Amino acid sequence: MNHLHRRAALRFAGVATLLAAAALTGCGKKEEAPPPAPAPAAEPAPPPKPEPLKAAWVYVGPVGDAGWTFAHDQGRKAVEAEFGDKVVTTFVEKVPEGADAERVIRDLASQGNKIIFATSFGFMEQMVKVAAEFPDVKFEHATGYKMSENMGIYDAKFYEDAYMAGVIAGSVTKTNTLGFVASFPIPEVLRNINAFTLGAQSVNPKVKTKVVWVNTWFDPPKEGDAAQSLINGGADVLLQNTDSSAVLQTAEKNGKHAFGWDSDMSAVAPNAHLASCVVDWGGYYKKTVKDVMDGTWKSERTVWGVKEGQNMLASISDTVPEAARTKVAEIKDGMKAGTFEVFTGPIKDNTGKERLAKDVQADQDWKDKVDFYVKGVDGKIPGGN
Amino acid sequence: MDAIALLIAAALLAGTPLALAGLGLLINERAGVLNLGAEGMMLVAAVAGFATALSTGSDLLAFAAGAAAGAALALCFGALVIWLNTNQYATGLAVSLFGYGFSAFVGVAYVGKKLAERPPFDLPGLGAIPVLGPALFRQHWMVYATMVLTAAMIWYLYKSRSGLVLRAIGESPESAHALGYKVRLIRLAAVCVGGALCGVAGAFLSVVYAPLWVEGLTAGRGWIALALTTFATWRPIRVLLGAYLFGGVTMLQFALQGEGVQIASQFLAMLPYIATIVVLALISRNAAFIRVNMPASLGKPFHPGT
Repeated sequence: MNHLHRRAALRFAGVATLLAAAALTGCGKKEEAPPPAPAPAAEPAPPPKPEPLKAAWVYVGPVGDAGWTFAHDQGRKAVEAEFGDKVVTTFVEKVPEGADAERVIRDLASQGNKIIFATSFGFMEQMVKVAAEFPDVKFEHATGYKMSENMGIYDAKFYEDAYMAGVIAGSVTKTNTLGFVASFPIPEVLRNINAFTLGAQSVNPKVKTKVVWVNTWFDPPKEGDAAQSLINGGADVLLQNTDSSAVLQTAEKNGKHAFGWDSDMSAVAPNAHLASCVVDWGGYYKKTVKDVMDGTWKSERTVWGVKEGQNMLASISDTVPEAARTKVAEIKDGMKAGTFEVFTGPIKDNTGKERLAKDVQADQDWKDKVDFYVKGVDGKIPGGN
Repeated sequence: MDAIALLIAAALLAGTPLALAGLGLLINERAGVLNLGAEGMMLVAAVAGFATALSTGSDLLAFAAGAAAGAALALCFGALVIWLNTNQYATGLAVSLFGYGFSAFVGVAYVGKKLAERPPFDLPGLGAIPVLGPALFRQHWMVYATMVLTAAMIWYLYKSRSGLVLRAIGESPESAHALGYKVRLIRLAAVCVGGALCGVAGAFLSVVYAPLWVEGLTAGRGWIALALTTFATWRPIRVLLGAYLFGGVTMLQFALQGEGVQIASQFLAMLPYIATIVVLALISRNAAFIRVNMPASLGKPFHPGT
């Protein structure tokens, strides 16, 4: 009995599986070829529907980091929203900077992606290598400096945000001491420290900036520790070039002020938050994808900022004094019109040496090579001279 | 003076999660089980604690949830290494990696969320004492609870019968087994308590210290706690002091940078590790002492009946 039962059950299971498989394949076929008959009759001479353009992104962090990678992913979503079914996007998150990145980029290229964005400095060498192997694919690398025939680079002017944040910080500080939680001593970060300080000095010449280096992009407790030590040292307005909201939250805990970075962090610390330095990559991604579709893409270096709407100071708090708001609005208008440049001489470093002569506007090369603190920043750059 | 007071306060706060996790691992290791999964347990507990604090607003419940999460993960680890005799090193590493991924997965919804405001911590009366007040008496209650826990653990290990049994199992599970003690059950209990303490440490990081949740929040503190336990030669008081020393030097290097001291920050960044290792190596430079304190069966599987 038992034996028979089992056989019957087995047979039933077998039939069921077959049925299910048949149903599934049937469905699959149906989906694959939806309009076999009506297409030629209904539309007499439609241009052949182009294949959707495949675009891919390589991220260094998780899309949920609420900072750098999150901002890039918002840009990818903007591309999807703009082009709809004309584009298919993919992303790979948490790709380590190293040999794995090369494999990921090569995989994406061989999967038929026509444009690939790599969003971290450390993907540069890997991308250069893969770009040489796939001449038909366009490559775009964020924040790097190496280019080739089919590999362009793009960047954002974070220092414009930092300058406007400095204007607010200089007006709000009571101790005339600002704090900066910095990641690594590279030109990008030094530009932000300097711009923040210059912005503050433009409204309050007595301002000094203290810098603490944490030697990491992302370690929330450590970022918080660094912020705490700056506050203990007398700083009452903080900015950071690290990826989490820990600095802002430490300021909130201590009743001090700080800014959001990369994305709008006003919700995290409603009292401490003065404004957020945000970046919107969507515009650039849309333009680049469009160029690839139209066949007008060129290998270029693109650095967009406030003017192009890529950088902005968002969610300025109601506690910011009216005068500072007006000043920020003026600067923003100047940046939009292209008449205001953050790094305009005379700029002296904190040893008193002149780095930019009077009335000279810094060019891209100057900005790429910033290796000093401006006057008003305390201390020495680690490993610098 | 005020700067020093603030530095001491920061050191106590920064050392507390390390001490909690270190004490938990010490209990594990005294029973002869090495759990390399500390980082994973802390992360899972951190997200559990954060979620609880977010919905209930209670620190106590958050720590309880963290402890439960840490203990649950430790229970899985314990079942694997104690009953199935899997390799402790490999299993611990697996727990660590699992915890990292799992906490990131579960925690996605909590990224960027904010805990409710809490009043600053202040011991009534004592907090107002100049210098000493800000240095010692304005801490979260868990900081004091950790000190009490250390004292309790010293009493337990060296003065209580049950602590003696635990140490005996760590020294020679065969002998303890021959005397009729349930070696595997006691080991499992020790592993769970250790997991629970790592869990409290994780919840302390996400609920009190940071306070926020992001993927990989603990940033290697579980590994530091593991190293601390070894360098402290499995003595609770040294774990506590080592944790404060580590926290203190970490904060000191930031304070020095903020004051514009002309030392490379990369060098300062390694100071906490060097200082802790040097000090703990000095106080335990007697090799015989280490041999006496190191649980002899640490990391070795035990089979009753062999």
